Amino acid sequence: FSLYQTVEHGFPHQPSALGYSPFLRLMAIGTRSGAIKLYGAPGVEFMGLHEENNTVMQIHFIPDQCQLVTLLDDNSLHLWSLKQHSGASELQEERRFTLKGPPGSPPSATQITAVLPHSSRDVLYLGTESGSVFVAELPSFRVLEDRTVPSEAVLQRVPDDYCNRRSCELVEALREHPKNPNLILIGYSRGLIVLWDLQNSQVTHHFLGSQQLENLYWQRDGSKFISCHYDGSYTQWPVSNDNRQPEPLENLVPYGPFPCKAISKIYWQTTKNGLPYIIFQGGMPRASYGDRHSISVIHGSQQTAFDFTSRVIDFFIIFSSEPTAEFDDPSAMVVLAEEELVVIDLKSAGWPAVQAPYLASLHCSAITCSHHVSNIPLKLWERIISAGSKQNVHYSNMPWPIDGGTNLAPDPPQRDLLLTGHEDGTVRFWDASGVCLHLLYKLSTVRVFLTDADPNDNMNTLGEDEWPPLRKVGTFDPYSDDPRLGIQKIYLCKYSGYLAVAGTAGQVLVMELNDEDAEHVVDHAEADLLQDQEGYRWKGHEKLKTRDGPVRFEAGFQPFVLVQCQPPAVVTSLALHSEWKLVAFGTSHGFGLFDHQQKRLVFVKCTLHPSDQLALEGPLSRVKSLKKSLRQSFRRIRRSRVSSRKRRGAGGNTSEVQEANAKFDQDALQEMELAPVQRKIEARSAEDSFTGFVRTLYFADTFLRDSSRHCPSLWAGTNGGTVYAFCLRVPPAERRMDEPVRAEQAKEIQLMHRAPVVGILVLDGRSTPLPEPLEVAHDLSKSPDMQGSHQLLVVSEEQLKVFTLPKVSSKLKLKLTALEGCRVRKVTVANFGSCKTNEYSENDLAVLTNLGDIQIISLPFLKLQIRYPCIRKEDVSGIASCVFTKYGQGFYLISPSEFERFSLSTKWLVEPQCIVDVPELTSNNHVNNRSGVENATRKS
Amino acid sequence: EFRRFSLERSKPGKFEEFYGLLQHVHKIPNVDVLVGYTDIHGDLLPINNDDNYHKAVSTANPLLRIFIQRKEDADYSAFGTDTVTRKKNVLANVLRPDNHRKKPHIVISMPQDFRPVSSIIDVDILPETHRRVRLYKYGTDKPLGFYIRDGSSVRVTPQGLEKVPGIFISRLVPGGLAQSTGLLAVNDEVLEVNGIEVSGKSLDQVTDMMIANSRNLIITVRPANQRNNVVRNSRTSGSSGQSTESSLPSSTPNIVTNFLQGEEESDEEDIIIEDSGEPQQIPKAVRTSESLESLTQMELLHESTQNGFLPSSETNLNHSAGSVSMEYEEHHPDHKSLEDGTIITL
Repeated sequence: FSLYQTVEHGFPHQPSALGYSPFLRLMAIGTRSGAIKLYGAPGVEFMGLHEENNTVMQIHFIPDQCQLVTLLDDNSLHLWSLKQHSGASELQEERRFTLKGPPGSPPSATQITAVLPHSSRDVLYLGTESGSVFVAELPSFRVLEDRTVPSEAVLQRVPDDYCNRRSCELVEALREHPKNPNLILIGYSRGLIVLWDLQNSQVTHHFLGSQQLENLYWQRDGSKFISCHYDGSYTQWPVSNDNRQPEPLENLVPYGPFPCKAISKIYWQTTKNGLPYIIFQGGMPRASYGDRHSISVIHGSQQTAFDFTSRVIDFFIIFSSEPTAEFDDPSAMVVLAEEELVVIDLKSAGWPAVQAPYLASLHCSAITCSHHVSNIPLKLWERIISAGSKQNVHYSNMPWPIDGGTNLAPDPPQRDLLLTGHEDGTVRFWDASGVCLHLLYKLSTVRVFLTDADPNDNMNTLGEDEWPPLRKVGTFDPYSDDPRLGIQKIYLCKYSGYLAVAGTAGQVLVMELNDEDAEHVVDHAEADLLQDQEGYRWKGHEKLKTRDGPVRFEAGFQPFVLVQCQPPAVVTSLALHSEWKLVAFGTSHGFGLFDHQQKRLVFVKCTLHPSDQLALEGPLSRVKSLKKSLRQSFRRIRRSRVSSRKRRGAGGNTSEVQEANAKFDQDALQEMELAPVQRKIEARSAEDSFTGFVRTLYFADTFLRDSSRHCPSLWAGTNGGTVYAFCLRVPPAERRMDEPVRAEQAKEIQLMHRAPVVGILVLDGRSTPLPEPLEVAHDLSKSPDMQGSHQLLVVSEEQLKVFTLPKVSSKLKLKLTALEGCRVRKVTVANFGSCKTNEYSENDLAVLTNLGDIQIISLPFLKLQIRYPCIRKEDVSGIASCVFTKYGQGFYLISPSEFERFSLSTKWLVEPQCIVDVPELTSNNHVNNRSGVENATRKS
Repeated sequence: EFRRFSLERSKPGKFEEFYGLLQHVHKIPNVDVLVGYTDIHGDLLPINNDDNYHKAVSTANPLLRIFIQRKEDADYSAFGTDTVTRKKNVLANVLRPDNHRKKPHIVISMPQDFRPVSSIIDVDILPETHRRVRLYKYGTDKPLGFYIRDGSSVRVTPQGLEKVPGIFISRLVPGGLAQSTGLLAVNDEVLEVNGIEVSGKSLDQVTDMMIANSRNLIITVRPANQRNNVVRNSRTSGSSGQSTESSLPSSTPNIVTNFLQGEEESDEEDIIIEDSGEPQQIPKAVRTSESLESLTQMELLHESTQNGFLPSSETNLNHSAGSVSMEYEEHHPDHKSLEDGTIITL
């Protein structure tokens, strides 16, 4: 055993910066928490974390090097390198640096606003808020003071009338001349742009912009550049050799004439056919489209404004970077939005999106649950992929354009599926076998139900003459039409292809995999879990309305039966037995068993304690304390509003009101101090609320009644520490349709410590957990030992207990909470193989506690093997989201959009293992052009 | 009813035998009785175990006066050290209970009728500034009734005084078990829960530990009030200065054995209902070779875990049989005083 946190899947939380190296063909993403992640070809990933945990503002790769520089919001610069280490590359922080001004200068003097790594690879140009441009040597970060470009020098030959109107202010952009590395373009925020000669330390041209500058872009041949502005305009400037005052060639407001938002970044890309690609971010008409996050692409008569689902952080264009190439010939646009990465194929007609092999937006709708299935049979795998490929026809066929580095990781030994349930009623199937979590197929349960939003009114279809030509791109859509659609539990049988999915409004859907589109009626059954109880009234949400008549389903998993729990409370547990064709489901009121072969409800059992009124009132009334605290906070807000209004009103009263306010604040403070956080110490009693909440359901073929005959059984565990066991009679296969399935309660165990039961498991005569349904039939597991006596393992939040079967007597127990104060949150059986020999493997329990620890506990003797701290205990959602695999791996959410993958087994690790080779420097004009700049550097 | 018989002073035998002899002599084989005697000071003292039986026999000079009362009608107030002031009136006390009217008595029942509610344990191994308190929850509905909070305490470390986070009792619920024991108080610092140190553990963790152990909770505290500490060296041997005989040594070993058993079995009480039959406690699994024998042992053990609830009330007594004592006098228990009497639990 050992704990490895191997790789983060999904989309980085709160990205803040983007960088790209055309040389390495690697992309870098920085986040607000100071993480930096590099991505290349699928499987090529690196991650680094700044110690400071500050927001990464800018990322710049050093040209033609395996190095990059990051700028954080604390104004520190960091140099990172990709170093090869025992055959694989690693990302390491080399050096850090904070620019210091002369003593007594204001902090703004050294506040870095623009960074330009020079193509000579030896220096960084650092534009600052004061307007000065400093030069720092690489990799030492030594400031070459004699080469600083002070704003005074820049202003020397500027016409007086222009100069008087505006001083330089901060440096917005620094751009190196594409052909002549001795020239750099400096753009100041007030509109002034100068071309600076590095060799002679002087301005060669002044470009007197009249609008507040946002960004600059050189055209490929260096004869022109583009500036873009705050008012939504862009300007082309010629660069000639004469000394004339340059005048703008063209000044355009693409979405004018009404006031527009700023254009914050612009590309001008040349093509063979002469028509350039003009690509810019923003510039939308302020009044009607000011809230859109757009990037417009103009190519001749084609124009599209890509409309993103969240704020655009940054974007770049992948174009021909060969220095000898005559044209840019852009191939793809890569856009980092706040919640997703979008890549647009600029070569194919219609500019379709490219499906990304990584950085999937796990959270396009909030994740509500997850389910992992290991070792998927090839047949099922292929069917799921084929169903998925039919959904992805609108994607471009372009190979993934960011393809730097080489993936060295061996092929995964098995096919693993991670299923995520989402708030919008979808289930996403992810290929979780390797480093790249990749979407295979998306299943929607919405079609079964009638919802307010008709899927037919497509928001994307726009008329021909629509202006601006907006086009929605991306999948991020956090707004759920109806929270009742949310998926709560998923169970997939990998052998039969049966899938059971249960949701927030008590809906349980059983589905079958179909390779073709089909139209059929979904059978519908109700399970009244309150059968014998009277006088209860459900105050929660209503059940979802179903569609009448046949429904068209696309190829993939198609529901054939819907079981609706009544009251329609959240389904809290679900189990499917594909061999017996039974599905069991539980809510806060009880549980039921449904025969999906005969489509008949077998039985229901109400688990409510007669005094437990709360459970019936629905989800809202449960959060009484929350409601109360909300009410209080609203009251406080109202009070403060009232008082502030008063303050503004009568002048004479002000001091009084203030005094009263101060007194009120003081009282509130005192109140807080007087009532510290305290916890009640009380034994749990049967009257505690939600004891009936069904936490776990389990099918087992075991000895329930006597030790001579085993039979199918269903086990259920509740929040109040009760375990119910039902003896089932499933007719043999040949009479399966003719005889009903029967069930009879055989046992009820009440744990006296009354802690919630989170897991039930039966161990066979060899103390091995019973195999999954159909596992033996597919020759993938030894058949269970039915000779020796079986044992029952009940895992509550506080203890693990082993009982004998069929006569229940307690055999062993492990108290966790009494000894350590931790409570079991997740438990699963995992198979651990020896990394030395293939012959040995054992089954253990992997237990995640509320403290975020993972404990491995042996079976059947319940001995604690080892404990690892894994998740921070404050990270409640991380702990709640954790899912274990059958082979000692696991996933948990580190942010709404990212899964951390961990492994408890040393046998098999899924982690990035890749190498980035430095491409040979071919006949590179940069080499030939080594200029005096560099010589000067050497000398100094 | 008066009886007179002789005993071998040098070989008095066991209390059980003596008790049997009394029942035999009075021909009341199924009646539970309280046995008392008058010591040299004239105090009425109980005989309920070997020790005080032997003491009684050895102090008999030469006559040992023994009083027997039917248990359910017993007037407990007759016992105790107070009786010394009424030296000559022991008999009168027993025989004419209306004497007490003038001075209402607190009724204290016999030790075996108590069940422990709390105890201070491990006094000999703990520092004097600490107190280890055991709370017995059993099946009662009485809430444990206390709250804990975060706080900071000062510790002596090699680096000098240091402020460290600690867990404190923040509130006692009136009428709760914790308050009724008087052994825990607000602002006492919680050091251990069932032998596990709480330092380094969060408030929630300690809460979960306490709740998980709530059926048999042992808390080690540093009392906020350090004036009532047990002072080990000056412990006196008896609870009464005047009458050494009046101490009840029998009760202590009883309790000790009780909670030793309770330790292991306190939460071994899961219940099973088979085929919707009657709820039963789940037995501990045993190897088949020793099954029957140890099963019965289990039963016994279990019975003793419910200590205190003596089966006395189960026996039916014909009222006409009346109370019995060696030197007989019909004894009408003062029902009123019994009802009014405060029940003091230890």
